[in-house]
Amino acid sequence: MAERKTIYKLWLVWDYDKEEKWLNEMARQGWVLVSVGFLRFTFERCEPEEYIIRTEMRIADDDYISFMEETGAEYIGRCFQWIYFRRRSELGAFDIMSDLDSKHDHLSRIYKMLIAIGMLNLFIGILNSLNLGRFGWFNLICSTLIMYGAGRIKGRIDYLENERMLRE
Amino acid sequence: MQENIVLTEATYYILLALYNPQHGYGIMQEVEKMSNGRVRLAAGTLYGVLSSMVDKGWIEHLPIDPGSRKKNYQITNLGLQVLEDEVERLRELVTNGDKVLGGK
Repeated sequence: MAERKTIYKLWLVWDYDKEEKWLNEMARQGWVLVSVGFLRFTFERCEPEEYIIRTEMRIADDDYISFMEETGAEYIGRCFQWIYFRRRSELGAFDIMSDLDSKHDHLSRIYKMLIAIGMLNLFIGILNSLNLGRFGWFNLICSTLIMYGAGRIKGRIDYLENERMLRE
Repeated sequence: MQENIVLTEATYYILLALYNPQHGYGIMQEVEKMSNGRVRLAAGTLYGVLSSMVDKGWIEHLPIDPGSRKKNYQITNLGLQVLEDEVERLRELVTNGDKVLGGK
């Protein structure tokens, strides 16, 4: 069996493209992602630049995954609603989204999820603070951080919407 | 047609590619070939457009062959109508572009 290594790393949701870049940098150096978990990335030795990695947030069903596999992509795994694919570089450029509309859809999904989790934390935080619960402050901090992330994503959505007025 | 529909480039090329029955990966290859490599559909984008077009009745699934997991799609009469209207519209765009810019 090929040599493996596991790296524990925290990525904030709104830095998902940096995470993808990092995974591709690992692949470029000959370490391809083979499984993911909470904060956990397991890599296996491969030829340098053998694979391209792409990630996406989607509530994916089997139909979607088998569709992707039909196009040569390999499903690596998921962590919550983030799914990870890889494809051999020799098959050519690999992307999951190729137009503004689908990129916009993707960002909207992330935005809605962040708003939902952020509101939930705000609600629990306020409730806990009113009841003199001990950890209300923790939820309030989480909520603030998540709302900040949602703001970052919203900025990108606005940019795409501006672009879409002129082009596809 | 009561509404003026303007197709996206992806939708237009996918409809063209589905003039003959085709599965997902086949559509990607066909579109790339037709556009001389310019239009490369990504699988996730393609999946989204296919689902929307099935909902609209512009394309349909064909029964899945036994022994194959691949889902084949084909354009419907409604889809064909949409495509013909679009070609007509594009012709107008090109004609006017040529008129203004001098044409060749």
